[in-house]
Amino acid sequence: MSNENILSNNGNDVSYLEYKGKHTGIWGWLLSTDHKRIGLLYLISLTIFLIVGVVFGFLMRLELLTPGRTIMDPQTYNSIFTLHGVIMIFLFVVPGLPAVFGNFFLPILIGARDVAFPRLNLLSWYLYAIGGILAIISILIPGGPADTGWTFYIPYSVRTNTNVIPALFAAFILGFSSILTGLNFVTTVHRMRAPGMEWFKMPLSVWSLYATAWVQVLATPIIGITLLLVGIERIFGVGLFDPALGGDPVLYQHLFWIYSHPAVYIMILPAMGVVSEIIPVFAHRTIFGYKFIAMSSIAIALFGSLVWAHHMFTAGMSDTGQLIFSLLTMIVAIPSAIKVFNWVATLYKGSIDLQPPMLYVLAFIFQFSIGGLTGVMQGVLSVDIQVHDTSFIVAHFHYVMFGGTGFGFFAALHYWFPKMFGKMYNINLAKKVFWALFVGFNTLYFPMFIMGWLGMPRRYYDYLPEYQIYHVISTIGSWILVPALFLMFGNLIYALFKGAKVTEKNIWGGETLEWQIATPPVHENFIDIPVVTESPYQYKDNELVLQTQEAK
Amino acid sequence: MSVQHSAAAHIHRDDVASRMGMWLFLFTELLLFGGMFILYSVYRFTHPNEFHLAAKELNTVIGTFNTAILLTSSLTMALSIAAIQRKQKSLSIIFQLLTIVLALGFMVNKYFEWGAKFHHGIYPGSDTLLSKPSGEILFFGLYYVMTGLHGLHVIIGVVIIAFMTAFTMKDVITHDNYVKLEAAGLYWHLVDIIWIFLFPLFYLIT
Repeated sequence: MSNENILSNNGNDVSYLEYKGKHTGIWGWLLSTDHKRIGLLYLISLTIFLIVGVVFGFLMRLELLTPGRTIMDPQTYNSIFTLHGVIMIFLFVVPGLPAVFGNFFLPILIGARDVAFPRLNLLSWYLYAIGGILAIISILIPGGPADTGWTFYIPYSVRTNTNVIPALFAAFILGFSSILTGLNFVTTVHRMRAPGMEWFKMPLSVWSLYATAWVQVLATPIIGITLLLVGIERIFGVGLFDPALGGDPVLYQHLFWIYSHPAVYIMILPAMGVVSEIIPVFAHRTIFGYKFIAMSSIAIALFGSLVWAHHMFTAGMSDTGQLIFSLLTMIVAIPSAIKVFNWVATLYKGSIDLQPPMLYVLAFIFQFSIGGLTGVMQGVLSVDIQVHDTSFIVAHFHYVMFGGTGFGFFAALHYWFPKMFGKMYNINLAKKVFWALFVGFNTLYFPMFIMGWLGMPRRYYDYLPEYQIYHVISTIGSWILVPALFLMFGNLIYALFKGAKVTEKNIWGGETLEWQIATPPVHENFIDIPVVTESPYQYKDNELVLQTQEAK
Repeated sequence: MSVQHSAAAHIHRDDVASRMGMWLFLFTELLLFGGMFILYSVYRFTHPNEFHLAAKELNTVIGTFNTAILLTSSLTMALSIAAIQRKQKSLSIIFQLLTIVLALGFMVNKYFEWGAKFHHGIYPGSDTLLSKPSGEILFFGLYYVMTGLHGLHVIIGVVIIAFMTAFTMKDVITHDNYVKLEAAGLYWHLVDIIWIFLFPLFYLIT
């Protein structure tokens, strides 16, 4: 694959933001194969969809403030929780960290000039954009937005008259985009590492992106074919899943979760990588248990692919099947716990600097632990019967996906923002916003654990009066969380235009390769490909030991 | 395992990476069909008799003929790569065109085969099919979806090989840079191998 818009060394004196290639203006972005620009295209589009998803979530919370009708009718509520799920899962958290920060930093972290297939990378973004547009079309065209929930469970998804087909194809195309990104990253990690960067000298976020990429490649095709079959079922009435024609809806659930459970590891693993990256920098300590953290990423990817049926304990399965999947579910907790213990051990005796990225990371550890441990609770067969399809599950999922991945995303954003744009945001404001987010998040989701335990079903429009107190607290949480989110983005966007200029290479004192190149990076990242001789993250007496980097 | 970095022009070409990417893509294709093979296995297990009866209605002669066509096309594809490696450009082009012709022949047979089924009223949602037991509905549902998706892959393969022929004519693909043709060949063999599984599952096991 040749990278044709590079002619000579002219990419090395200006930053990638000012670089002029074959195309100029807006086309310089939309047709650029530069992994950094593609990362920013993803960042912009993901942020837009995140905001849409947040608004839908906010409206759901508002509706649940009182029993019965508050602001919308039940059909609208069904559509809104479906759209919230589809947009947040397929358009924000799944692409999330790999598409934005993986694209931007994976090549830099391994000392490469780009990913292995730059044009394929751009194609992935276009597929993402097409998927996003299809999702929007499904909202706007007559028939009404899909109301099946993001899981598209059969038989309802075959019977409902809403626009399920555009939503299905949106998810199908987004899956394709995700596969191509994964394929690109696996190849990049195998083939593009700088001389001297052995597997166990790779930064930990590269390990987690690598494990994620394998899951993307191996799990996503299953959802692709499954969603395609649902579409075919709707259009032609084939009957592969429809019980009226002899099909088995439980088989649909199996195929759906064969992807969609590993997908949650696609979502969380990159965030874990970011945490492993940020902790040593702000604790000024060598990462504890590097190999364990690295290998636990692979273990999570492996075991996480074998636990899908724990979503279906109440759907009809043999006792043997239930026991096996329950056991495997508990086994996945082990590598996750290894990571948490190693992060905490790294903090021990550290000189901890509570900068915004570090605050988000600490919140990640706290919230992910709650989310993870409640996940193990659901893996227990008897407990699962009690909490299945209650808001306990919703709370668990949001603690992991928002409290974990979301906060990991914000941590990465605050950590790498100065490097990406050469601008600094208002640090004091960022810290205050963090606390508002933290309080808002926990106020919003913690009551869901309690009411779910007491029996509040998920996805219900109406509820019994005894649950109202929890719903009110939860909705108040959303009133703190959502403004804080907008403030956070406001702070960053303001910094883009008016923020203090950063030209220092290593603003946080990190040791990975991105901190040894210009801020913002030049078009080709490295003027000379570095030769790596040491492991990353080496600190002595809470001081950075600078890695020796020889120019080639 | 050396990456060919040329420091002056930064033109990056890595054939090993290209092949690796293609193999990964083929994995995803296998898994895509894998989902349907799971459906097939489960439904065959739950409806053995009905699958047995339904399979008898498929035309084994056309199926065998098509298997032979597709296997031959894999051979011509491999030969076109061997030819370009030996700097025999026009021979390579001939073999590529032959592959396309064989692929189109496969599709023509498929058209007549499906057409005959439609003529007998056996297609998804038809009254004839819906009056049959559910196992047969499932069998023909799987038959149409799996061979249909396979047929789609054949058509995509034809388009890809047509591009490769054009590339070979324009010397984009040459004897020392033929990784594109190789990747197209890998894809074509995948299309072939999936058919090799579909054929016994639908036509031979009765």
